[in-house]
Amino acid sequence: MAAMTRWLMLICLLPIVVLSGAAALAAIEVQDFDDPALIQRYEDLTSRLRCPKCQNESIGASNSPIAADMRARVAALLRDGQSDRQIENAMVSRFGDYALYDPRLDTRTWLLWGLPFGLVVIGACVVAAFVLRRRRLEDRESGIDGLDEHERRRLEALTSRHDAGSQARRNDGEAP
Amino acid sequence: MKRRLLLLIPLLLFAVLVVFLYRGLAKDPAARDSALLARDFPAFSLTTLGDPSRMLDRSLLEGQVTLVNVWGEWCPTCKQEMPQLLALADHGVRLVGVDYKDTRENGRRFLDEFGNPFEVSLFDPDGTLGFDLGVYGAPESFLVDADGVIRYHHTGYITPQDVDDVILPEVKKWQQ
Repeated sequence: MAAMTRWLMLICLLPIVVLSGAAALAAIEVQDFDDPALIQRYEDLTSRLRCPKCQNESIGASNSPIAADMRARVAALLRDGQSDRQIENAMVSRFGDYALYDPRLDTRTWLLWGLPFGLVVIGACVVAAFVLRRRRLEDRESGIDGLDEHERRRLEALTSRHDAGSQARRNDGEAP
Repeated sequence: MKRRLLLLIPLLLFAVLVVFLYRGLAKDPAARDSALLARDFPAFSLTTLGDPSRMLDRSLLEGQVTLVNVWGEWCPTCKQEMPQLLALADHGVRLVGVDYKDTRENGRRFLDEFGNPFEVSLFDPDGTLGFDLGVYGAPESFLVDADGVIRYHHTGYITPQDVDDVILPEVKKWQQ
C-alpha cells in the first residue's frame, strides 16, 4: 500500500520536475552554428568559463545578463575562427582569472598546482624516515649491531655449526 | 623533550590552515581586482547620451585624471551613488559616465532627476564598452590617469565614507 502511494506521488510530481527543467533551459538562448564541431566547442567553452557575477556557475548555466553577453561573445569569436585558447584569453583579459574554472599554470599558480605533489613527497620522506629508524632499532635489539667484524664471523660460525649439528641429530633420529 | 616538540608540528600546521581558511570566510568573494588594472582604457567609439551625432573615443580620457562611472537607469544602487558622485564633482574630480545597457530616454530622465555630475556621459546601449571593461554589475567605477591607464577599480557603489577614505586619496595619488 505504502509503495503504491509512493508510486502515485512520483507520477504526480514527474510533470513538475520535467516542466521546471524545461523552464530553466528556456532561459538560455540557443546558438546556431553551421559546423557541428563548433557546437561541441561552444558547449565545452561555456561550461569551462565562469560567470563573473555568480558565485559558482558556468556562463553556460547562468541566467545573469553578463553570462548571456559572454555566451554571445564566445559564439561570435568561434564563428570568427578563433581558437579555444584565444577565446579564453579574451575573457581573462576582461574578467580576470576568475573567469576560468581551471586556473592556468603560471608563476602565480605553481604553488597551487605543486602543493599536492610537494605534500606527497614530504609524506613519503616522513614514512621512509620512520621505517629506516625502526629497522635500525630492531637490528640493535637483536644484538648483532654491537659486534665487530671478528665477533660477527665467530657468531656465524657458531650458529652454522649449531645448525649443522641439529640437522645431523635430526637425520640420526630419522634413520632407524 | 625535543621528541615531544616534534609531535606538535601537525597541530601547528593545522592551526595555520585554520587561520588561513577562517580569513577566507570573512572575505567578500565579489571583491576582486579588475583584470584591467595598469592597462590602457579599452578603445571605444560611442555617442554621448545627450547628442546621438557626437562620437567620442579614448582620447577623451587623455590629459587629466578621470573617474569613469558605469551606471544605468535600471540600476537601483546607482541612484544611491549619485550624491557621492556629485560630491566628488564638487571636489573638482573629473567624471565621465557610461550609460550602460540603457535607453537614451531613461538615461536622460535619470540625470534630470538625480543630478548630473558627469562632464559627459557615453551612451553604451549594447554594453560593448562595459564588456571590454569587464563590468559585470553596475555601478562600477574606474579611475583613469592622465595617460589613459586604468589605475583603480571600484566594484559596487561608492559609499559616502569611500569618497573621503578611498576615492579622493586615489585621485590625489594619480594626479601627482
